[in-house]
Amino acid sequence: MKKEDVGRIVKVAGPLVIAEGMSTSRMYDVVKVSDKRLVGEIIELEGDRASIQVYEETGGIGPGEAVYPTHEPLSVELGPGMVEGIYDGIQRPLPGIARETGAFITRGVELPALPRDRKWNFVPTVSKGAKVTGGDIIGTVAETVIIEHRIMLPPDLEGEIVEIKKGSFTVEEPVAVVKTPEGGKVPVTMMQRWPVRQPRPYKRKRTPHEILSTGQRIIDTFFPLGKGGTACVPGPFGSGKTVIQHQLAKWADAEVIVYVGCGERGNEMTDVLIEFPELRDPKSGEALMKRTVLIANTSNMPVAAREASVYTGITIAEYFRDMGYSVALMADSTSRWAEAMREISGRLEEMPGEEGYPAYLSAKIAEFYERAGLVDCLGSNERKGALSAIGAVSPPGGDLSDPVVQATLRVVKVFWSLEAALAYARHFPAISWLRSYSLYKDAVADSVRDTLGMKYLEDSKEAMRILQEEDELAEIVRLIGLDALSPKERLTMEAARSIREDFLHQNAFHEIDTYASLDKQAKMLSVVLRYHKEALKALDSGSSLEDLIDLETREKIARARYLPESESKAIPKIEEEIASEIASLKKEVV
Amino acid sequence: MVRNTRTRNTPPRKTRNTPARKTHPGERNKDTRKSGIIDYQTISSVAGPLLMVEGVEGIKYEELVEIFLPSGERRRGRVLEVNQDKALIQIFEGSAGIEIGRTRVRFLGKGITLGVSEELLGRVFNGLGRPRDDSPPVIPEEFRDINGLPINPYARAYPNEFIQTGISCIDGLNTLVRGQKLPLFSGSGLPHNRMAAQIARQAKVLGAEEEFAVVFGAMGITFEEAQFFIDDFRRTGALERAVLFLNLADDPAIERIATPRVAFTAAEYLAFTKNYHVLVILTDLTNYCEALREVSAARKEIPGRRGYPGYLYTDLATIYERSGRIKGSEGSITLIPILTMPEDDKTHPIPDLTGYITEGQIILSRVLHHKNVSPPVDVLPSLSRLKDKGIGKGKTREDHADLFNQLYAGYARGKEAAELAVILGEAALTDIDKKFMRFAEAFEARYVSQDEYEDRTIEETLDLGWELLAMLPRSEMKRVRDENLAKYYDKAAAKFSKKEES
Repeated sequence: MKKEDVGRIVKVAGPLVIAEGMSTSRMYDVVKVSDKRLVGEIIELEGDRASIQVYEETGGIGPGEAVYPTHEPLSVELGPGMVEGIYDGIQRPLPGIARETGAFITRGVELPALPRDRKWNFVPTVSKGAKVTGGDIIGTVAETVIIEHRIMLPPDLEGEIVEIKKGSFTVEEPVAVVKTPEGGKVPVTMMQRWPVRQPRPYKRKRTPHEILSTGQRIIDTFFPLGKGGTACVPGPFGSGKTVIQHQLAKWADAEVIVYVGCGERGNEMTDVLIEFPELRDPKSGEALMKRTVLIANTSNMPVAAREASVYTGITIAEYFRDMGYSVALMADSTSRWAEAMREISGRLEEMPGEEGYPAYLSAKIAEFYERAGLVDCLGSNERKGALSAIGAVSPPGGDLSDPVVQATLRVVKVFWSLEAALAYARHFPAISWLRSYSLYKDAVADSVRDTLGMKYLEDSKEAMRILQEEDELAEIVRLIGLDALSPKERLTMEAARSIREDFLHQNAFHEIDTYASLDKQAKMLSVVLRYHKEALKALDSGSSLEDLIDLETREKIARARYLPESESKAIPKIEEEIASEIASLKKEVV
Repeated sequence: MVRNTRTRNTPPRKTRNTPARKTHPGERNKDTRKSGIIDYQTISSVAGPLLMVEGVEGIKYEELVEIFLPSGERRRGRVLEVNQDKALIQIFEGSAGIEIGRTRVRFLGKGITLGVSEELLGRVFNGLGRPRDDSPPVIPEEFRDINGLPINPYARAYPNEFIQTGISCIDGLNTLVRGQKLPLFSGSGLPHNRMAAQIARQAKVLGAEEEFAVVFGAMGITFEEAQFFIDDFRRTGALERAVLFLNLADDPAIERIATPRVAFTAAEYLAFTKNYHVLVILTDLTNYCEALREVSAARKEIPGRRGYPGYLYTDLATIYERSGRIKGSEGSITLIPILTMPEDDKTHPIPDLTGYITEGQIILSRVLHHKNVSPPVDVLPSLSRLKDKGIGKGKTREDHADLFNQLYAGYARGKEAAELAVILGEAALTDIDKKFMRFAEAFEARYVSQDEYEDRTIEETLDLGWELLAMLPRSEMKRVRDENLAKYYDKAAAKFSKKEES
């Protein structure tokens, strides 16, 4: 490094450091602050003065100290070794930090994201002489039992393979050499670097059309997410945002999960670290951890790194999408990310927008969610990759008029609204069936119909209609009392209660109830609605309302959720039992 | 930002001291100025608790500062911002009596530290960690920066050891586990202090005799409130196992900003170096946040909601998140912060942000307090997020999870029915709703209510739950597994119907 490149600190205010003598640096370049070599990023340039957000605590730093430019933007390392890993907001491996500095995170730790000494067994899929373009898969590595890591050519490279190897290599050793059209020879390693603030390229985007099943009944049946779609979960504290995010990370039908713990509790990340290696993926039967990458920037870790953690996460997710995988990214919580932006913006003395958030808040949020999608991946062979993004939002007081919620709702297509009242009644997931919506419902209908048939879709509509009707009837009950309702309406109330308690309510901590396949969901819903249908008929032919409400088989409906997937065949039998019990009631009447 | 009211033409007067400085272990502020410690007499402005000093050199962010008043008084502060040769200083003891020309400022080249050793136990300190009792200062084993360092999430051990507090609505419904942070959301005039003292008195881990300590941090509470805790600790013999940091209502408000950090520095030392199980009680966080707001306002920062600074969440998190357990360490830090919600409003920024960081909350209700339910815990919005990991077979009992789910659901429905009865009269309720209403009444009177000195075992709490559920028909036990119904509910129901008959 040339000596004149080194800048000097003139001001320190929390995570913001201003340095002069930075004329050789560019916007969003990474710099090392002081001789402690704290990682920072340039976020404003004025003359030769640079404002730097520092990703580590700045206590003990003062004017006059040096700032060393790296002339590189904030980037992540992409290659084998990420799955099962846990990183901080700027992709430093937390287990490595723990080894170096103990249980507490000290400053200035420099560690590579991908292990440098580990050898991976590289199996080439192209041969010498092949013409390749950016994004082409040149070989594979079995990273875990379920993830085949596809080694791709960096997006900006093309040419002819003049050398390709086979065998064990570290991520830094070249596995191939490509001769570019200009005639240069470029060695290709298994590792790529990519700047986090720049979306990775793809050929074209498509509209999501396949359901991303999550095993959560209210989500899959009423408010489904498409593969490559975007969703948000806003709610006050204690309404179960994190549990929902964890449930999605566990059971979503995706091949790779990237979970970003952004400014949330440390113990929640520990929970994931302990639980995921134990839990089995319903599809592959392997430990869930073997398909998961964790980014943890907990609330007590430096605030600027929190701002970066969301970008680090989505860049890693894009990389797996480029391999042709269906990837799901969970960000918990995007409010903390927005608050980090607000804090930095405040220190920069920028003119604030709503609630002190920077004026560019909604643009940043939109940019982030737009990086999700179903795409045709770069490269000459046809493959599709999907990146679904699900963000939790923590609005103050659960108030949905919060700027972060509003900015998010403008871009995402699925809204799972969490309600405190439901949470207090311990109705979990506390997703409001009246306020939530999904714009993918029609888009994914075809794919659902193909596997489960038309009836499930119709049942779903019918169930929603009953719930809507219950809401209106409940208003009458509140004003005049239950007696004001006709027997038919009473039955609707009962059916709605059954939908809520026997179908929508789902216990995330019950070993069986925690996950329900689409098939089981369809069967359960059918049973619940069958009761309503049969009871209505019986009512018309003179059965008493009380008998219908006190029907013994209803207890079986309530317990259907506890039947394991292997025994879900037993659920349709309950329908027959309902029909026969109701038929026996009619006989008594006659 | 503090305005520079004038620039001084006189060159800064510097006095050189001998560089007799102790370096302390810990990573912060290791580097020292070559020139040693320098005194400055170049204050350019004073505004609220803030001081601007000009012409300074080699000053570091977060550095500890001593201010010598012309009267001979010595105060402490810390550097909030350095901009070239200007340093902005926050004075803990307030700025009254500071004279621009004659006050000296000394930068100590290190952050604020606390000297720690096991001798801290049984002692009372002020909010910055200086002795408040008449005993001599503690001889420290080491000095630690009060800001601490973030725990690596990878190094955390998950809190899953059940703590029995002997209070049914905590043990049964909102189970506390070791390493958890569970705040009490209260209002002025509610008995939160008595409840916190009861927890401190009764908390134990079943079947374990381990070193236990209490760290108590008081921020802006009254003498009487502090004395209540001291007396209670003394009476139960807990005082010799306790460290108290008291910043009372008449102590400098800005000093409060340091108090929880000082308390946690002591707690971390005791827990992770000396293997104690530490219970930290902080009260009242509302006063802490107000002090923070005062500094923020004096700096003319863009305010967030209700004038609190935008970084309130981060600031609170750096305090609360210091609790927990660490792999390979015997000790643990369990935190019970107490805060009074202004106007009992849970959406006020302080309880709101606290709830987003802590692992649940216990909410006290004024309505229940008036109904003579004591402790007046509002069960429905209260929550312990870690309870699922601390209960069940081998920890409490296998029926615990089903039981509390059913109790909650039943109580919620009973409350709903009671509301309906208020509007329409009890006659308008269905029979089953009437049963739920009765259940909710009994639940409040017998389960939630208990004497301040009543220490219920977990078995007593659980059995009481079944006894109450027996008031409801079996078909309503939708949240209970069959085997638990057979084992517990049926027995309780048989007893109940016998009682009904007689």
